[in-house]
Amino acid sequence: MTGDSAPVLSIRAATLDFGDRQLWHNLNLDVAPGEFIAVLGPNGTGKSSLLRAVIGQQKLTAGTIELLGAPARTGSRDIGYIPQQRLFQDGTPLRARDLVALGIEGERWGPPMTMHATRARVKEVLGQVGATAYADMPVATLSGGEQQRVRVAQAIAAKPRLLLCDEPLSSLDLHHQRTISELINEQRRLLDTAVIFVTHDVNPVLPFVDRVLYLAGGRFRIGTPDEVLRSEVLSYMYNTPIEVIHSRGRVAVLGAPEGYGVHDHLEHHRTGGGA
Amino acid sequence: MDELLSQLFNFTDYGQLLALVKNSIIAGAMLGLVGGLIGTFVMMRDLAFAVHGISELSFAGAAAALLFGVNVVAGSLLGSLLAAILLGLLGTKARDRNSITAVLMPFGLGLGILCLSLYEGRAANKFGLLTGQIVSVDDPQLTLLIGISIVVLIGLFLIWRPLTFASVDEDVARARGLPVDRIGIVFMVLLGLATAVSIQIVGALLVLALLVTPAAAAMRVTTSPLYTPLLSVAFAVISVVGGILLALGGGLPISPYVTTISFFIYCVCRLIGWARAKKGQPGRRIERVRVSA
Repeated sequence: MTGDSAPVLSIRAATLDFGDRQLWHNLNLDVAPGEFIAVLGPNGTGKSSLLRAVIGQQKLTAGTIELLGAPARTGSRDIGYIPQQRLFQDGTPLRARDLVALGIEGERWGPPMTMHATRARVKEVLGQVGATAYADMPVATLSGGEQQRVRVAQAIAAKPRLLLCDEPLSSLDLHHQRTISELINEQRRLLDTAVIFVTHDVNPVLPFVDRVLYLAGGRFRIGTPDEVLRSEVLSYMYNTPIEVIHSRGRVAVLGAPEGYGVHDHLEHHRTGGGA
Repeated sequence: MDELLSQLFNFTDYGQLLALVKNSIIAGAMLGLVGGLIGTFVMMRDLAFAVHGISELSFAGAAAALLFGVNVVAGSLLGSLLAAILLGLLGTKARDRNSITAVLMPFGLGLGILCLSLYEGRAANKFGLLTGQIVSVDDPQLTLLIGISIVVLIGLFLIWRPLTFASVDEDVARARGLPVDRIGIVFMVLLGLATAVSIQIVGALLVLALLVTPAAAAMRVTTSPLYTPLLSVAFAVISVVGGILLALGGGLPISPYVTTISFFIYCVCRLIGWARAKKGQPGRRIERVRVSA
């Protein structure tokens, strides 16, 4: 077990350009099992694109990404993914519990028979995210926050080695932000799941974060929250005076121009089949 | 009035007639099964318009086959497979797919009409391709139709879960390593096969009544991934078999009966869905008392 210190994810000399804009250049990052990495930065700096590159949905301009020692090109059953929120289309013939079950056996070919173990696990994770009350509701009729919790349940249901979370706390109230953050943290503690957590607000997960990857202005910084979330570091990255205030376990970044260096539209995603 | 009614519904010598259309009823039931099942995925993947496009190209293929005196089912298969694969490859985005469909549709229809105009055989065959001709299903043709239907059913069962995953939750399906694009192509091939079979029975213009309406109706009254396909199949089978049985005596084409039953079921399901929505959402176990959601 202890020999398992080989990185879950290994990003080497990764560069991503959109047209003539460089989002990040020569990014190196090894993510160890059980490590919690927060990806921070303004809109349009390629945070989501980084996750999409890991699941093979975004081609890098240069560099490589390895997942568990193999090139990451097509996604993997070892990945749990909470995509940036997009609500389900009205009339989608799935209940909350069915969506979670797809996270466990959605890749299985053959007649669609749900195993008993799957059902038990679905019930368990729905309970963990506090979604038992609406387990039998059509997903499309759930509120944004409720759908988000079901998504979290789906992502952790198959006990992935790597959990990719793209703004998983959006449309959640403070109480549920804390519940979900703690749940994801518990997941990585119990199962040694590595977590990459894209967020615009680090505070709900600050107690759990091992390292921060901060993207801004075509530059990036990797380090512990104390190393990265500092006035002089962020001022350099944004190329403008920034004040970082630590107070009672919270961090506030003052004066950061939103979307600096790159425009928001760069982070717009391909809208997939269901949209 | 009486005359019209007796033309619409005529049940004299019904027993003998029934024996004559046994083949058609089997084919119809099979088609209901296929159409009902594949229809749920057509709805999930927002392919209703694409189905129409595929069916027009299938019509062109069938018309060409008629003109050149080769197997009509084979011609219709060729047309629908070409259209389905083309749409599968080029139309991964809904907007692209719709415009490609809109371009293909009149082209296929025009080509088909050209072939039919040049064809000098029975006029009933011509009209049948557009509006249905089930009564003329003979034994070898029936075997072919059933064979294709079985291929579609087996194919659907094999890819059921990955197809569901890829259809409703594409991004996560990709992240989990599913070959979403290839699944899409395989589905389009199955859809092409199902369309080609449907055309033989209800005609190119009315294919939607079997491949879309029953599933759309089912989705109005349930969201269970088990009951949706079951209900959809039940609706489709009732529509086709019911249509055949009603049409039997009058000597009129069966398609208006099929489409009317199918439409009626859809209306009833909409009403039920609407009444339920008015009463409040079902399924929530505990009424939540929360100030803000």
